[in-house]
Amino acid sequence: MSRILAKRRLSEEVYRIEVEAPLVARERKAGQFVIVQADAEYGERIPLTIADADPGRGSISLIFQAVGASTHKLAAKEPGAEIVLLGPLGNPTHIERFGWAVCVGGGIGLAPLHPIVEALKAAGNRVTVISGARTKDLLIMQEEMQALADEHLVVTDDGSAGRKALVTEPLKELCGQSPKPDIAVAIGPPVMMKFCAEATRPFGVRTLVSLNTIMIDGTGMCGGCRVTVGGETKFVCVDGPEFDGHLVDWELMMSRLKSYKKLEDEAHERCHLEQAAERLAAGGAR
Amino acid sequence: MSDLSKEALAAGARAALEGIEGKALSPKDRLALPVQDMPCQDPVARGQNMHEVAQGYDEAQARIEANRCLGCKNAPCVSGCPVRVDIPGFIAEIQKGDFAQAARVIKRTNLLPSICGRVCPQEGQCQAPCTLGKSLKSIDKAVQIGRLERFVADWERSSGAAEAPAAGHATGKRVAIVGSGPAGLTCAVDVRRQGHEVVIYEAFQKAGGVMVYGIPEFRLPKELVRSEAGVLESMGVRFELNYLVGRTRKLRALLAEDGFDAVFIGAGAGLPKFMDIPGENLVGVFSANEYLTRANLMKAYDRPRAATPIYPSRRVAVLGGGNVAMDSARMALRLGAEEVHILYRRTREEMPARAEEVGHAMEEGVVFDFLSSPTRVLAGADGRCEALEVLSYALGEPDASGRRSPVAIKGSEKVLPYDTVIVAIGNESNPLLARTTPELKVDRKGHIIVDERQKTSIERVYAGGDIVLGAATVILAMGEGRRAAAAINEVLQ
Repeated sequence: MSRILAKRRLSEEVYRIEVEAPLVARERKAGQFVIVQADAEYGERIPLTIADADPGRGSISLIFQAVGASTHKLAAKEPGAEIVLLGPLGNPTHIERFGWAVCVGGGIGLAPLHPIVEALKAAGNRVTVISGARTKDLLIMQEEMQALADEHLVVTDDGSAGRKALVTEPLKELCGQSPKPDIAVAIGPPVMMKFCAEATRPFGVRTLVSLNTIMIDGTGMCGGCRVTVGGETKFVCVDGPEFDGHLVDWELMMSRLKSYKKLEDEAHERCHLEQAAERLAAGGAR
Repeated sequence: MSDLSKEALAAGARAALEGIEGKALSPKDRLALPVQDMPCQDPVARGQNMHEVAQGYDEAQARIEANRCLGCKNAPCVSGCPVRVDIPGFIAEIQKGDFAQAARVIKRTNLLPSICGRVCPQEGQCQAPCTLGKSLKSIDKAVQIGRLERFVADWERSSGAAEAPAAGHATGKRVAIVGSGPAGLTCAVDVRRQGHEVVIYEAFQKAGGVMVYGIPEFRLPKELVRSEAGVLESMGVRFELNYLVGRTRKLRALLAEDGFDAVFIGAGAGLPKFMDIPGENLVGVFSANEYLTRANLMKAYDRPRAATPIYPSRRVAVLGGGNVAMDSARMALRLGAEEVHILYRRTREEMPARAEEVGHAMEEGVVFDFLSSPTRVLAGADGRCEALEVLSYALGEPDASGRRSPVAIKGSEKVLPYDTVIVAIGNESNPLLARTTPELKVDRKGHIIVDERQKTSIERVYAGGDIVLGAATVILAMGEGRRAAAAINEVLQ
């Protein structure tokens, strides 16, 4: 089990936790993820990408959005609590000196994008970062991105920060420049990654995406994470998590993500009721 | 399998026992004793619960069954056992009523008897060459060795008299075991007995490998696996859970930096195979690994307590004919499916599943569609699995394995409604260790190549179980773990 060292609420729904995991902190590379489970007996195993690591402190940082019952349970854990954590999993991002890299992060996708931007910079690339979110409050890792990126463009759906636009708009503009970017990396909600891939396709800019699918073991054993890429079945956990966005069958991938939607909605509702009841009980005792 | 209740079977055995008490039995007397049926939960009732189906012999049943054993000098049964348990030896102790001594005899070569007694395919191993079965001209009438082994193990555990094997004097040598399934646990025990320090690395949050994620509670209660792992802990074996060798730490680092003198890899089979037919990635299509792991390890049957969901199914097709297919089908029934079919390309004779599991599945109402196999998965309006197109087969000439190979009947395709498909056609090897350890040699199928002593292409690194054999059985994995342990103990002398 791994101990939570610190927890910070970044916005209404977004949390950052620092977890004691010295071996993961030492071994992890950009692009890799971990599987976490709020409790070993009844918890659900969920994959989360590593946002940052501190080998000196022996810890890694995870950023997640409390969107369902399991992420809410994780969010309710306080420093000192222990969780199941396995990793680092998946293949590291292939990093080389591409030249000019455009990195697009949407919402909490900015978290896993961070180590990739860092590695691309370290390899000597010129890196343009596009940070996007629904609204200003949901923009994360902005200081880090500002410090790392050669150019940093910010967009929000509602215009509360940066330009009022979708990430695909500046992405298209950059692809239209001459010379065009040598590579694009897009991490965020599946629909955003899909449209980023569509945006770069006409320009022939290779676009890496990082998929976050349903997983159980994260080691290749269950096949729950399988996706169709270029007509072939791939396992996100052992073949990915990064794939060529132009080859991913997005409709199928998004449909698979919703496999348990009804059950998850019920569990989420129940979780809210339970947490509300706990709050009431705690208030009553006071 | 019997229609009689546990009580009725026990009463019958007690009556038979009174008839032989104090008598010296001739081989003819032994041949005349009735084979003892396994008491089982009622098929209808058990379809609604996760409790173990087979309930085990009581003392009277065990003693009658044991007295059927002729105690053959040449012990053909022993040669059928991959770990060479002294079968006539432990059965003789049951005959005497000394169950504690029977347990000691078994444990000399098999530390997991409560598990093997339940999951070994005895009809193809120890019970196949049994003289009694041959004399009575029926494999079903062989001495029920597995049931006796289970009885002894359960007796020992419930009597509280279970004795952990002693660890040898500390040698100062350290052995890392990768994977806590049957191969790893067996290797760990044998190495620990020699006094070496042992650490078992397990990727999941619980120890036991396939015994906790794959084999269901109704066939192998998880309490047993916990208790067996507990025995190892009491011997001083350390478990490191949530640790994936190859990723959390490279295999090489265990030897070069972490001070291990040898490593045993028992990482298991890995990647599930799919049929490679259109529509196989649709929602509603699962590998048996995923389906069973959700239900077993993640306890999805216990929603809402468990957070892991399982797909709500009405009509389920399970593809395959092995134990895993039986487990998946029976699990789907217990999780509320209205109709569960097993689609198998050949016939019952060719099915690799344990006879008892096939029988149990049939009793519980699983429908067997022999000589049929799907050609594609069809989506409904919601984009999810809605039907299977199924092709019929006929049996043709025997193939290289001696099994008659199925031949497709042209134009026999039918579309049948299924909302869930569970693919249980085996596993490919997990590429992870090989990928992160380039000097580890694997064959074309990705299985780790070992010599006759289980040694891999790397010095002081051994491997065994499904990662070497492909999908095999618990007991074969244990046999390999044991062989590797012997080699490791020799090298570390």
